[in-house]
Amino acid sequence: MRLRRAIPTWLPTLLVAILLFVAVSWAKSTDRITVYWFQVIQLAAITAISALGLNLIYGFNGQFSLGHIGFYAIGAYGSALVTKDYMATWSGNPVGALSWMMAAQLGLVAVLGIVSGLRIGDRRKTLHAWATKYVLPHEARTITAVASLLMLMVIVAIGAAIAWVAQKALLALLVATLLRLSQETAQPILFALALLNGGTMAALISYLVGLPLLRLGSDYFGIATLGFAIMVYTALQNSDMVIETMKGARGMVAIPRWTNWGWVFAGLVLALILMRNLIYSSHGRAIKSVREDEIAAQSMGVDITRMKALAFAFGGFFAGIAGGLYAHLYGFLHPSTFSLVRGFDPLIIIVFGGLGSMTGTVVASAMFALVIEGLRVVLPQGFEDWRFVIYPVLLLLVMLLRQQGLLGTNEWGWLRAPLPPERDIPVPARQPGTPQVVTASVEEEISHA
Amino acid sequence: MPDGHDLFMCPTHTDRERTLDICDLSKMFGGLRAVSDFTMSVPQDGLYGLIGPNGAGKTTVFNMITGIYEPSDGSIQFAGKEINGLSPHVITLAGIARTFQNIRLFQNLNVLDNVRIAFHQHAGHGLLEGITRLGRFGQRERVITESAQDLLAVFGLQDRQFEIAKNLPYGAQRRLEIARALAAEPRLLLLDEPAAGMNPAETEELMAMIHFIRDRFKLTILLIEHQMRVVMGICEWITVMDFGQVIARGTPRDIQNNEKVVEAYLGTQVGRERLHAS
Repeated sequence: MRLRRAIPTWLPTLLVAILLFVAVSWAKSTDRITVYWFQVIQLAAITAISALGLNLIYGFNGQFSLGHIGFYAIGAYGSALVTKDYMATWSGNPVGALSWMMAAQLGLVAVLGIVSGLRIGDRRKTLHAWATKYVLPHEARTITAVASLLMLMVIVAIGAAIAWVAQKALLALLVATLLRLSQETAQPILFALALLNGGTMAALISYLVGLPLLRLGSDYFGIATLGFAIMVYTALQNSDMVIETMKGARGMVAIPRWTNWGWVFAGLVLALILMRNLIYSSHGRAIKSVREDEIAAQSMGVDITRMKALAFAFGGFFAGIAGGLYAHLYGFLHPSTFSLVRGFDPLIIIVFGGLGSMTGTVVASAMFALVIEGLRVVLPQGFEDWRFVIYPVLLLLVMLLRQQGLLGTNEWGWLRAPLPPERDIPVPARQPGTPQVVTASVEEEISHA
Repeated sequence: MPDGHDLFMCPTHTDRERTLDICDLSKMFGGLRAVSDFTMSVPQDGLYGLIGPNGAGKTTVFNMITGIYEPSDGSIQFAGKEINGLSPHVITLAGIARTFQNIRLFQNLNVLDNVRIAFHQHAGHGLLEGITRLGRFGQRERVITESAQDLLAVFGLQDRQFEIAKNLPYGAQRRLEIARALAAEPRLLLLDEPAAGMNPAETEELMAMIHFIRDRFKLTILLIEHQMRVVMGICEWITVMDFGQVIARGTPRDIQNNEKVVEAYLGTQVGRERLHAS
């Protein structure tokens, strides 16, 4: 404890981060690692970002989700559409896709804002209570349902109108700014915007999906999110019916390969900072309390539905960003990458690293890639497929010997919970006549020992 | 003394500032009527007891007051406002906090965080402030931490703030749960069998502690208890339930002499003797 206060926790963490970044860049530039291994390292970091999101949902918030891969896919295809438009204009304007995507999100946010701002849910209840006074119960239900549907349609129409107007404005703005710049200057800005949009798009959709589903218990929620992942997969298989350039089951090609070690590393660092700050804030504590005990959390004033939706949206955001980085790593996207089997990777990683440990997730992502790809090198020719025997056995062993995962809920360095500043806690002086009720009794200590 | 003489009248007037007014509250679980036409009113600044044999529906009443169950019928007013049907967290914000019969701490979190969570809704900072560590974050976080530590000190837990809650001894867990409930800044504190599983010495401590809490935090306390010693020792006013209905109410002395209560509890002469012995 004393030592922890002596050295600022960010110092060793910063050193390790810099060392890692420099080491990989140096190894690549001096050809000490092959392009193939360089890709593996980048992919491991990308997976870590996505797994961090799932750890927030499952490890910290306690909601078992099998739909994470769906949000990864949304982020991947979403950002790929934007960058592909810039490089090989498919929508008629190099920034058309970007403007549409931003506008659609604005529209969605507007709809959500109106629904919560006008407290539509409460109004529905009021209407129902009022209607029951005058008509039969089933008639009252019908009236309420029709009225809510009408209200919702009007609100969605307003949202669509906002999106339509916003798209025109955004397009004009982007054409006037982004397209004026040279390609070298515009490219990183556009890439950052594309990634961010993929992330927020995934976050918005996960929020919308989460609100109704999160009312279910954890196992049911898992199955429901599995349904969502299948829906996304099927939609991607047939995506060419809606947007030709997504190419459906043939796979989307000609995505600019802009992802490099710098982008991936920056993404991972930002994700860790964001996640760490969230976890050790008032909201983070509320998120963890939901995992520990929902009823107790509610009774302490925590809005558990909101906290679950929040964690789910943040998790979706992380998956979306990671998906975007993935799309621009290989320049090719195929629905099979986002099939359910691949969807288990982040789940395995977070359980392996420790549910509720950010450090564990990062370490486990690295090990996961190292084991799968390392075995390919180690195993003799013709035995490569044995790695899918060895790796599951390793998983089994870890689960048998260390159920809590590699790190349990422990963290390292700057990712550890910050200690509150040291202070002398004033112990209230007891008034005469007040018994020593509030100190631990001796008996209790004995019984505990 | 509150007007409790009429057993089945719903409260309609205020002769003393009321905290909680429950009127004709019922709860059905399928075909089972767990609580039936429960009526009770709790005036401010007092220690009130709700007792009854096992399965009488006491905890169901608590769960309805705190919004965990939605009542099938009836009304619950807190400080003059209807709280029936509101979400639990909204009710907590309105000023009702509780503890649980079988302790419900955030087991894998440390003692300090257990208490700090209760500050989230009424003293927390914004989401963006938390993520960026800007704005009110530092100031709010300091206030929350210090208030939580002060509260822990009141309950003798200041040296254990970094211990994991589930590793605390039983008595300390009970105290932590009460400290956590107080962090939600309630005006009404509901204690569900606080003496459950305690030995006589611990029970003695607990009784003194409940008095101490009431005086220090200036709040109304409503408690469910099985141990007659506790109820008779500290409650000013008692409501007795059996089979989901109110069967008696009055001062501890009235209750001790009430035939119906004795019958409900033991049904024999032994019961009477037990009650008097305590």
